Amino acid sequence: MKRRNFLKAGGALVVSFGVGDGLLTRLAAQGTAAATLPLTDVDSFLAVQADGSVLIRSGKIDCGTGHRIAVAQMVAEELGLSVTRVKMIDGDTQETPDQGSTGGSTGLTRGGMEIRQAAATARVALLQMASARLNKPAAELMLANGKVSPRGAGVGVSIAELVGAKKFGLKMDMNAPLRPAGEHVIIGMSPLRPDVPAKATGAHTYVQDHVVPGMLHGRVIRPASIRAKLVSVDEASIASIPDVRVVRVQNFLGVVARDEWAAVRAARELKVVWSEWQGLPGNAGLEAYVRKGPFDKDQQVLARGGEPSLIVTAKQLSGTFLWPNQGHASMGPSCAVADVRNGGATVWSSTQGPHALRQNLARVFGLDVAKTRVVFLDGAGSYGGNGNDDVAADAVLLSKTVGAPVRVQWMRHDEHGWDPKGPQQLLDVRAGLDAAGNLIAWETEMWVPANKPGQRAMPASEHAGLATDEGQNAGLMTQNGEPPYAVPNVRVTAHPAQTTPLRISNLRAPGKIANVFAVEAMVDQAAAAAGADPIAYRTRGLTDARALAVINRAKQMFGWDSRPSPNPRAEAGAVRLGRGFAYMRYKQSENYVAIAMGVAVNPATGKIQVRRVSCAHDCGMVVNPNALRNQIEGCIVQTLSRALFEEVKFDASKVTSVDWVSYPILTFPDVPEVEVALLNHPNEPLMGAGEAAAAPVAAALANAVFDATGMLLKTVPFTADRVKVALAAKA
Amino acid sequence: MASYRFQLNGKAAVADSWDPAQPLLYVLRNAMGLHGPKFGCGLAQCGACTVLVDGKAVRSCVTPVNSIEGKTVTTLEGLGSPETPDPVQAAFIAEQAAQCGYCTNGMILQTKSLLAQNAFPSIDQVKQGLAGNLCRCGTHTRILSAVMLAARLQASVKGGAR
Repeated sequence: MKRRNFLKAGGALVVSFGVGDGLLTRLAAQGTAAATLPLTDVDSFLAVQADGSVLIRSGKIDCGTGHRIAVAQMVAEELGLSVTRVKMIDGDTQETPDQGSTGGSTGLTRGGMEIRQAAATARVALLQMASARLNKPAAELMLANGKVSPRGAGVGVSIAELVGAKKFGLKMDMNAPLRPAGEHVIIGMSPLRPDVPAKATGAHTYVQDHVVPGMLHGRVIRPASIRAKLVSVDEASIASIPDVRVVRVQNFLGVVARDEWAAVRAARELKVVWSEWQGLPGNAGLEAYVRKGPFDKDQQVLARGGEPSLIVTAKQLSGTFLWPNQGHASMGPSCAVADVRNGGATVWSSTQGPHALRQNLARVFGLDVAKTRVVFLDGAGSYGGNGNDDVAADAVLLSKTVGAPVRVQWMRHDEHGWDPKGPQQLLDVRAGLDAAGNLIAWETEMWVPANKPGQRAMPASEHAGLATDEGQNAGLMTQNGEPPYAVPNVRVTAHPAQTTPLRISNLRAPGKIANVFAVEAMVDQAAAAAGADPIAYRTRGLTDARALAVINRAKQMFGWDSRPSPNPRAEAGAVRLGRGFAYMRYKQSENYVAIAMGVAVNPATGKIQVRRVSCAHDCGMVVNPNALRNQIEGCIVQTLSRALFEEVKFDASKVTSVDWVSYPILTFPDVPEVEVALLNHPNEPLMGAGEAAAAPVAAALANAVFDATGMLLKTVPFTADRVKVALAAKA
Repeated sequence: MASYRFQLNGKAAVADSWDPAQPLLYVLRNAMGLHGPKFGCGLAQCGACTVLVDGKAVRSCVTPVNSIEGKTVTTLEGLGSPETPDPVQAAFIAEQAAQCGYCTNGMILQTKSLLAQNAFPSIDQVKQGLAGNLCRCGTHTRILSAVMLAARLQASVKGGAR
């Protein structure tokens, strides 16, 4: 057993400094400050370096969204600097304030705006400091190119001379004026993202790439079924693999090894016996499970006008819409490096919520929170709560147990099998039309998971038998459940389910994609029943100028052919052609997005080919048009993938879609032409844009397929098999 | 422990491995410290681990280390650096053809391989050529633009050298 001695000797560890980004010691983090940086202090958000460049401390993280460049632009604008002179450190619990987790499109609306306000406060202070230094009134000074200078001629002073490497020592001034839109020279431009050159050349350090001296490689071995118990482990089964240690803590099972491949093989080849467990409804039983409950008290999401079921209508329409569980399906399985020592820990993670993770890990694993630090490093895109937090818990448990720093990367089957899923959604929609075809009564009944307080239980804590929260939260699932048009009598009711078959978390645009799908698909059915063009029907009685602007822009970009659906000239050789439209205002109060989409449906194969997507997008003030377009294009293509292909498969005991064959996503041959128009409103508040364009995608797709075939698809995903069967049944 | 000799990014390299079946990916990332190639699936289903072996894109997560003896391996780092990117890398930067960037390694090396066989592919040929490379962020439209730009940049670089 001498080959295992190194693992039992404990973790003698050399910490080296000065690796990596050169800004701070993030890659060799150790030692923590007890207090989190206060949100009330300018110094929590900004520092002027000795050379006059500026460091931003952002609690919100950049998971590939362009957050870094957008916030840098906002700061550069306020401080009169070139954007290349502004750098960001993000998501380090010691070096950045807690601005809340990164989600719900709050990166700029909260994260960026707090930092911008700090910069505005700093700007006023710099002008005052320079005023004293130059003996001129502040009103006669200007801040540009890193320097405060008299507006006319005269000698100036650089911000490095004023505060370089020193603290401002200022409280945030929420009234410090922001530079007005008319003076913007950096906001609204498209400087390139700072991370792309390194990402394109292999020089960018992802959490998966992070190396700590003395680090061991860990892998987890999850139960054969979700709630199975560990019966026995045959360590002799991996005797031929060098330097491996099996770690068992109750039902938690993992391996650590100095060599990563040894850990991978050991996890794969270790003979383990698990108890039997069955308790899931399986995909076929999902709808019945969802309708059955138990539920919390019904939630009346919206009540407008009279009781819709009592309204006398000339025509009634109804439909049931089912959205399946979907995975975050990150390209890189989740990864973390943890170094537990002296009652605390340093954890490198690509979590979207470093501060929350720090608290949770400390509580669950009995660490001193003052000695626990979470350092964000980029990971594969997460789009919500993928396995990032869970793998951090795995790494902490392994590191704590073996007494050395441990890097854990999940295997593909761990990520697909065990990341918390985007929740299932079921909607019953009933609509009533008057004799003129107008929508006058509307009911949406939705079955969604209840939000239960506390953190989500993590596999490591559950399996190791550690006390943990049993929170359940997948985001604000009930928004956008009603038509955003002039419908007088509307009820939206939610049945919050206390349980879900699979563990859930927020997945991009939580709830809204399925809600808009159901609502906007039913609006198209109403338009068809009224014999009206779908866009003309939507704009009857619509008065919001910004809503009309995006609708008309998408219509014009697409070259919309105004007529009722279905398409009377759909036949085109082997395929049928159709176009669909959808509009929504995100969360009823944020971005306006309209999408028109053209599809070709092959009835013989069931294959839907999306050919063109035209999207008009209004998120108020645009900070970086190029980075924004990247987000919108991503929302569109990713949501097409979800609507066309994606469903987590599970049987009675476990998730069975555990690779890219059993959980396929959209590939290049299915990529449509995507055209995006940004309707910029520089004088309006900015709104987050990481999710909104996802919301109308499935609806526009369903409406396009209806236009092509006369058949409305109400169950996602719209796989070729499903479409083929449905079209055959209709014929 | 056996040793394997090969050319890596223009230099002679020796990899020691206790297991001849160890995938090249782990050798590159851990023994060689080259983090361009990424672990995505270990199943040759996603392309994140792609490297060039003798100029052709291969999935390093399923390429045993003993199969590369005497061959020439190029990783993303071997193409260029942030300061001096290769034309394909330059095209991806110019088009901002990344979000999280985890798939970017595979996209760029698959493109190198594709353009070596077909210097001026059509959009449909590019779509087919990249069909085995997955992207989750939905950056596909930009990646397609970057590949078309890369074809023009590579041609102009070659043209300039003549």
